Amino acid sequence: MLKLLTSAALGTVLLAGAAVAQSCSAGKTLTEGKLTIATGNPAYYPWVIDDAPESGKGFEAAVAYALAAEMGFAAEDVVWTRTSFDQAIQPGTKDFDMNMQQFSITAERDKVVDFSEPYYTAPMAVLVRGGDSIDASMASLKALKWGVVASTTALPVVMEEIAPKASPLVYDDNANVVEAMKAGQVDAALFDLPTALYLSAVVLEGGKVLGQFAPDESANPDHFGVLMTDGNPLKECVDAALAALKADGTLAGIEAEWLQEATGVPLIQ
Amino acid sequence: MNRRQAYEAAQRRRALSVAGVSTAAVLVAIVVLVPLAPGWTAVKASFFDGGIFVQTFPTMLRAFLIDVMIFAWSVPLILGLGLAIALARGAQAPALFPLRIFGAVYVDVFRGVPVVLTIYLIGFGVPGLGLPRPWNSPYIWGTVALVLTYSAYIAEVLRSGIESIHASQRNAAICLGLSPRDTMRYVILPQAVRRVVPANMNMLVALQKDVALLSFIGPVEILRQAGIYKSLLANFTPYVVAAVIFLCVTVPATRYADHLLNRDRDARS
Repeated sequence: MLKLLTSAALGTVLLAGAAVAQSCSAGKTLTEGKLTIATGNPAYYPWVIDDAPESGKGFEAAVAYALAAEMGFAAEDVVWTRTSFDQAIQPGTKDFDMNMQQFSITAERDKVVDFSEPYYTAPMAVLVRGGDSIDASMASLKALKWGVVASTTALPVVMEEIAPKASPLVYDDNANVVEAMKAGQVDAALFDLPTALYLSAVVLEGGKVLGQFAPDESANPDHFGVLMTDGNPLKECVDAALAALKADGTLAGIEAEWLQEATGVPLIQ
Repeated sequence: MNRRQAYEAAQRRRALSVAGVSTAAVLVAIVVLVPLAPGWTAVKASFFDGGIFVQTFPTMLRAFLIDVMIFAWSVPLILGLGLAIALARGAQAPALFPLRIFGAVYVDVFRGVPVVLTIYLIGFGVPGLGLPRPWNSPYIWGTVALVLTYSAYIAEVLRSGIESIHASQRNAAICLGLSPRDTMRYVILPQAVRRVVPANMNMLVALQKDVALLSFIGPVEILRQAGIYKSLLANFTPYVVAAVIFLCVTVPATRYADHLLNRDRDARS
């Protein structure tokens, strides 16, 4: 009996706690009591494992569920949807509360949409194929033919920091860059480090991560933020939840779980 | 001026003023009503940002030169191959029957597959066979894809032109002692080609727009450049810039095609 009472009391306390936490986001989501989160279509490893964010597996999926829990949403109250980059920034109403697909925070983008505080800072890494003959010096990087994905911040980094002799080729998504590398049309590609590691290990046969740019040295470090509509009142809740996750080490734990291989890649000087 | 002429002049004046009033009413409705839409400010900021228009225009124009270049070297190839296919499909000799089959299959396949798919398959697939540089360039294989698709269309247009020449022309040529080859070359083709010039002009206008699809396999032409700006600036105005630049070329071209069509009709009636 006592046990029952205790658990009932505990349940009440937990419920009350959830209610308190959710009070920040109350009335600020598309559907009351539900949190709609968008990801890419498809969503890539290691951000979302097996393109199934509902599993909570993968860095961004795990962060999404941790954020939702911190804001007082149960896991079953998280609704997933998919958007392209264009859908995320187009004017008009959106069908998501938050959008997580490795959006780099930039000042120009911030004018059109709102970003949370960064949840990850990604170093840029160089992916090559059969790169034994290529060394990671700036001089040899300049001589390569580069490929990048159009919607990423990789293109400015290639143009400004590497400044290659031949103009880079630009593609729609990771798969097309990989295809161009297989076809020998580009020698090297620039991705955020976790993506580059995944592509080199799984997708691109003979792929190798040549090296990474230290994020703090880069002129525009790649801070990933949760994208929300401009002026979304939910932003303060997301930021508060993110700060809590950072403070209690949850975020670092998720990063260690899903992005641990990101260490040990040589720096490009 | 007799009564009838006076009446017709009055009718014309009346028609003109009605047309003027209705056009003005539609324009006013658009100019007044569209900005009243609740999302207009957001749409205006996203699609019609004057500063971004001016900032991106020079680069966009330079990127458009790549489209013009690809167009320029594709057209002669398309016309040549299109004519060859049209002649193959029209081959009369029994021994050339395989050629007719080939022509028919060719036209069916390349008219039936969306241009983008042909560009993907040939642009990534053929270089993937292991061609050395520069023979694996996306420019080369993208052009090949465009030429294959558009020559199928042009072949059909030319064939319809050839078939529209009355049998009496052929008979007259035979009576004059011309060989089948000379009949085609000096009697049928000159008339057929002239007859289908307007239709072919329309095909070329369509080609000018489809050149932009080569951006899928790497070249940074105007559509891709617009996509890069869109991603960097989180603004769709560069697409409007691209549309304006395209219109500056395609509107005069379509008008010219219409002019040719009208002249042709007047000449025949």
